[in-house]
Amino acid sequence: MAVVARDGDVGAAAGASRPAAVTRLFASMAGLDALSKIWWTCLSISLFAGIWELCWGLGWADPKLLPPPHIFLDNIAEQAKFFNTATRWTIGTAMNSGPTPFESVMITMGATTARVFAGLVIASVLAISIGVMVRYYQFFDKLVLPTITLLSPVSPIAWLPVAIFLFGIGNAPAIFMVVVALFFHMVLATINQIDGVNPNLINVARTMGATKWQIYTRVIVPAILPGMLAVLRLNLFGAWMVVLIAESTGVGYGMGQVIMLARNTFNPSLVFFTIAVIGVLGFTFDWLLRLAQRRILYWLPDTKEKLRGL
Amino acid sequence: MASDGAPHFSSKAAVVCRGVGKTWAAGTKRAHEALRDIDLDIQPGEFVVFLGPSGCGKSTLLYLISGLEDATEGQIWSFSDKVETPSPDRSLIFQETSLFPWLTVWQNVSFGLAIRGAAQAERRAVAAEALQRVGLSAAIDKRPDELSGGMRQRVAVARALAMRPKVLLMDEPFAALDVQTRARMQDFLLDVWRDSGASVLFVTHHIDEAVALADRVVVFTARPGRIKTIFPITLPRPRNLFSREVEAMRIQLTELLRDEVDRAFAEQEAIPA
Repeated sequence: MAVVARDGDVGAAAGASRPAAVTRLFASMAGLDALSKIWWTCLSISLFAGIWELCWGLGWADPKLLPPPHIFLDNIAEQAKFFNTATRWTIGTAMNSGPTPFESVMITMGATTARVFAGLVIASVLAISIGVMVRYYQFFDKLVLPTITLLSPVSPIAWLPVAIFLFGIGNAPAIFMVVVALFFHMVLATINQIDGVNPNLINVARTMGATKWQIYTRVIVPAILPGMLAVLRLNLFGAWMVVLIAESTGVGYGMGQVIMLARNTFNPSLVFFTIAVIGVLGFTFDWLLRLAQRRILYWLPDTKEKLRGL
Repeated sequence: MASDGAPHFSSKAAVVCRGVGKTWAAGTKRAHEALRDIDLDIQPGEFVVFLGPSGCGKSTLLYLISGLEDATEGQIWSFSDKVETPSPDRSLIFQETSLFPWLTVWQNVSFGLAIRGAAQAERRAVAAEALQRVGLSAAIDKRPDELSGGMRQRVAVARALAMRPKVLLMDEPFAALDVQTRARMQDFLLDVWRDSGASVLFVTHHIDEAVALADRVVVFTARPGRIKTIFPITLPRPRNLFSREVEAMRIQLTELLRDEVDRAFAEQEAIPA
């Protein structure tokens, strides 16, 4: 392939030739690949929305309970007003003062995203450090692992009162909820990843006289990176789920608050509109993480292509 | 045997095993004996092949000599030092690719130097030299997944050579390669062995490979592995694998192995399901 490309460059300099055309074709195919991905994404969503619309059209979905996309996306400006939870809590502030509806949507999205991000970062750093330490120090393993295993099946809901007792209301309890929901699983996942490292790689380092510290930093950590990023991606979705629960109780503004408001005012359109916004945010987050994954894990072969040929 | 602690060998020997045995999971219900009563002397610069049926413990012996595993019986010395931990003097090459996928070829080859804290320029120079010895100078900046199976094993050999080992331990290193590549790799290994001056301990279950490479073939019994016989081969290299002498050796070795393979099968069939 490299040879073809080099020939192509020479050919292009000398004027149009067949190899140059081949190179251009490959280049355009790379562009097509991204385009086709977008196309398939749109198609996938349209299919889902289409079925929903069809159900509405046939009268199966009551628009008051399950408003289809064309209804809940119809009056975005109207929906956006409900996001203005920031000023409502201040006594003496008029409903229409403060940020514009568009700004409110942005503030709400930003606040929730920041909580997810902060929780995810804190949980990952803590969990990976603890997980590595559990395998590094045997006494730490014996001392800490039973408690972690004991606490990991506890639902985040059960932590909610604890979060409020400890942190009251505001950002802290929401971030705490995200951390506590992810931390225990991520510790166990880290340990699992360490145990799965190819023993030959560790043995190679040992025969070369590597110390325990060097084996951990130079072999085990890079070897578990791919798995840890996969764990992070899965937990990202978990973080988005938990943050709504946390926000629905005692935070000034956030997506969870909006959902709560929609529930209390019986406003299905607002529920679905918020769900759509969360979906788009989560999707974007995941996409960014996948990009980062490809950058960081340059050495991983693309198995997906092979599976496609089956 | 060596319980008085005094070494019963000449200190020149590259590897000395006295009464070496290994029982996996010793003291538990799953305990099984892999090796028993191994007495073996390997001279500096000698090429020794361990031949035996699968599961006879020949790889286990290699791990014991490398220091990655501890013997449950007996003692092992290498150049008069007792083997207790792994050492860069005894490099081990594995059957499966054991290159670090996140490092380039030269970073892989100089991994041992990086651990000692050598400067980058020195590491690259050493890697370049080692790669030249295995004929892979052009691949210096490539990543392992861009190489074929044979090339990867040559990089693994270069990585071992970069440590200037006195003993090269090879655990079926060419088992995953196709027949033609394997034959080329054997020639290549003999060249490398000749100019490194190291002793090579090479594990295989292929009689042809043993005949092509060895100064001495150590034939193992079925589990628990003991040394059945040590078979010297004095033919000059490169050996014509189709000559009458080689054919006679092949038949002899086949006979020696057949009994053991039969025994191994009988034992496996005797295990209650």
